[in-house]
Amino acid sequence: MTAAVFYLLGASAIASALLCITRKNPVSSALWLVSTMFALAGIYVLLHAQFIAVFQVLVYAGAVMVLFLFVIMLLNLGREASDVRGKPAWALAAAVMVILGAQFFAVWHYTPAQMASEQHSGAAVADPLAFFPNNALAAEAARPDDAFGALSASLFQNYLVPFEITSVLLLVAAIGAVVLAKRRI
Amino acid sequence: MSPELKGFILLSILKMLVVFTVVLVGVALLTLMERKVSAWMQNRRGPNRVGWAGLLQPAADGLKNIVKEETFPAVANTGLFLLAPAMAFIPALLLSGVIPWAAPLPISVDDFGEAIHAGLTSLYLEPTGRFISWLFHLVFGPVSFHGVLSGAVADLPVGFLFILAVSSLGVYGIALAGWSSNSKYALLGGLRSSAQMVSYEVAMGVSLIPVLLLSGNVSFSEIINRQQAGTWYIFPLFLSFFLYFVSGFAETNRLPFDLPEAESELIAGYHTEYSAMKFSMFFIAEYSNVVTVSAVASALFFGGWDVPFISVDPAHPGLLGTVNLGLLFTLLSALVMFVKTMTFIFVVMWIRWTLPRFRYDQLMALGWKVMLPMALGYVMIISTAIYVIEHGLGIESARTQSWILFGLNLILAYGVFGLLDRGRIVSGSNSRTRVPGPGPVAGARRVA
Repeated sequence: MTAAVFYLLGASAIASALLCITRKNPVSSALWLVSTMFALAGIYVLLHAQFIAVFQVLVYAGAVMVLFLFVIMLLNLGREASDVRGKPAWALAAAVMVILGAQFFAVWHYTPAQMASEQHSGAAVADPLAFFPNNALAAEAARPDDAFGALSASLFQNYLVPFEITSVLLLVAAIGAVVLAKRRI
Repeated sequence: MSPELKGFILLSILKMLVVFTVVLVGVALLTLMERKVSAWMQNRRGPNRVGWAGLLQPAADGLKNIVKEETFPAVANTGLFLLAPAMAFIPALLLSGVIPWAAPLPISVDDFGEAIHAGLTSLYLEPTGRFISWLFHLVFGPVSFHGVLSGAVADLPVGFLFILAVSSLGVYGIALAGWSSNSKYALLGGLRSSAQMVSYEVAMGVSLIPVLLLSGNVSFSEIINRQQAGTWYIFPLFLSFFLYFVSGFAETNRLPFDLPEAESELIAGYHTEYSAMKFSMFFIAEYSNVVTVSAVASALFFGGWDVPFISVDPAHPGLLGTVNLGLLFTLLSALVMFVKTMTFIFVVMWIRWTLPRFRYDQLMALGWKVMLPMALGYVMIISTAIYVIEHGLGIESARTQSWILFGLNLILAYGVFGLLDRGRIVSGSNSRTRVPGPGPVAGARRVA
């Protein structure tokens, strides 16, 4: 049952993503992107990450994509649908596809057993647990397992510093956007 | 499929049928209520020709809309033009599925076929009962259910976050309707609506964070249980309710925030080019959003299906004692929820004839410069207050905590309303500024 739902959602996500990049009309593209996000939200629910699923819909489908649509409508694009995708764009797309495919291939061959053995032989440099070791592993083991407790414990206890740094980064981006857009504040 | 699972699915389908029928018929009747309330406020009679006191007016309107000719604008994007009403309509109706409309009902039935037989026999309908029971067994086989049936179609663990997420999708219908109509008025309506909804969604989301802080959970059932154990959240979180309700007006495009369909500027805004049933679907979506906002307001701040002074939890008895869950109590609680929701719907219609429409820049300034900072500040104050009450003063009882927070809210509310009011109504007539000189002159400006 779960597997069937997963394959249904996966197929819908891939089909929507393909339609999103092949449509010429920007509004249709944006709507297919929303459909992709919905399918992803469904997959998050299958993974028992309801919180992430709801926020996927709330933030991406409900706010970010609405702003996309807003800009498309404001500039009134799509009335004259011209194909801007020339040869350099195709070459770039092919290069990105090769790199992504290589990454996918690497992940495909990276088994959980391998991951476990690497963790035992000393944490990798990029592991956030090594940067912020304040009993993160112990807290990870003792965290509450309802839909929100697990995520909140990770965000506000184990990884508080990275979380705050990210929020400062977003704040800087927001202030930067206001400064660039408005000559006089 | 096991009999237990079959029972769960059948009961869920039954709940869906009941909830969606009631919501759809209710929405049709709300159009009549809107016109009757408007008439009452303007001292006229309103629709009174079709049926008794105009009660069949919605049916007549519906019939007219179904048989009316459909028109399509000349260079419209037909696919999106057809999709837009559905995209406004579907999220609006989805929302009614997660609201708890009644108290949970404990059910313990070994065989539903037999239960129907026994029930109808007790009503002296023995042969009919035997036939229905036979038919039921033939179609479904053995069906049983043991457990507590939630009062919502789906009692989601993500609770009101689902409401926030799905209600934010309603804007697609409006924005697409505006864009695909190939009309300047519709496009302006769609643009206004997308900007307005994104802005007020933020204030709405932040205004509900204090509810999370106090209840420690997002699921409706848990929030209502907490309100039964303590007090209704309208007392400790009064300002939260105020901010939520104001942003609710903006989210449902009701006056004073109905800029997307401002008649005096945009003809009818985003649905200018729509006719017949597709036009009607935007209205059904709008009214069912009003129902949702009202129902959520009553569930989060007025105890939902909680009957005043009666508790179902023996650990926290109400003033009039406790009762056991059962069919009678479920029906009573559904009635209570209905009354609470209708009260808010009435307030929404009342405000329509009380406040004039905002100007667009005023709307944006209110959303981003007043509502959002106020909601954020309120979250900080409430979380500090809860920490001090729990850890500083060591008060554990939910009711005492609520009343202390209520006192805090009274002080805050005085400040906030004084600020919003800018010395016009709350502060009394003495402090109102008067035009100097001999009597008011036409066109004279008030001295600020």
